[in-house]
Amino acid sequence: MSSAHVTPIKVYVAIFVALLVFTFITYDVARYDFGALNTPVALAIAVTKATLVVMFFMGLRFNTPLTKVVAVAGFFWLLILFGLTMGDYASRTWLGVPGR
Amino acid sequence: MANAHESTMHGGHAAGPAAGHASEHNPNLQHHFYSMEQQLEASTLGMWVFLVTEVMFFGGMFAAYLVYRTMYPEAWVAGSHHLQVTLGALNTGVLICSSLTMALAVRAAQTGSRRGQIVNLVLTILLGSTFLVVKFFEYKAKFDHHLVPGPHFDPTLPRQEQLFFSLYFMLTGVHAAHMVVGIGLMLVILAMAWRGKFDASYYTPVEISGLYWHFVDIVWIFLFPLLYLLGFHSGGGA
Repeated sequence: MSSAHVTPIKVYVAIFVALLVFTFITYDVARYDFGALNTPVALAIAVTKATLVVMFFMGLRFNTPLTKVVAVAGFFWLLILFGLTMGDYASRTWLGVPGR
Repeated sequence: MANAHESTMHGGHAAGPAAGHASEHNPNLQHHFYSMEQQLEASTLGMWVFLVTEVMFFGGMFAAYLVYRTMYPEAWVAGSHHLQVTLGALNTGVLICSSLTMALAVRAAQTGSRRGQIVNLVLTILLGSTFLVVKFFEYKAKFDHHLVPGPHFDPTLPRQEQLFFSLYFMLTGVHAAHMVVGIGLMLVILAMAWRGKFDASYYTPVEISGLYWHFVDIVWIFLFPLLYLLGFHSGGGA
């Protein structure tokens, strides 16, 4: 495609280095106990890394708005899946429903 | 429809030097598309739709992980202690390297470098294979240590730890299967690149196989902290 965006190699290498640094950070911070924040910290780093991959390596930044909407919708539906599932499990004990 | 055609034609002309008449006659242009640009956009959209179904596929297993981890947090931390953090971190690095070479392979296709495509695709395949070899030794250790759920599971461990290992094998196993598919895909793309199939005007297959490869990398980016690093601060891992 003629009008395709060709990302400079420098940008790819910068993203690559950032991903390695984030991997080291997630490995390093896991050695400390933040209590309830352990998983949110790990997930925040993972989401940051995934965003870098999606935006730069997968080039979603340069795709059409329709493709962007589809990609975002996928992750949004994933949150609905987790949200409704956990809403069920978390609220089961409230009413004393047997089976949990 | 006539308007869309019109705007694609004129928009295409303005967008770049190779658009327009040259691309109208490109042998790689399927007859149901107006332009190479529209063909690439449609293929990319289609690949993303497929990747969303993959997100939901893995999402179901992640949801199971979430539910059981909430129910049995101690079993999850204890199970995580049996995983080798160093190998998991190594494999994370290997996959990130492979994503870089994949991105560079797509770039080489965009810039019409046959050599660049071949070198980067071969590196991607080698790095993907390295991941699988490391994974093999990890799995072997789990079998040796009786950590595979079933009748041979270490009876001294709490029963709920079998749930952790069931999800560990399911998630990493399905991920590894995706790696195998990805490597097969890259072999096909490598053969096409070898024959000089791709250039700046047509590189759609490299682009969308690359999207798949990066997606599989993203899955591992989540699996690594969620499986390996849970109990690291309390002296787990190796």
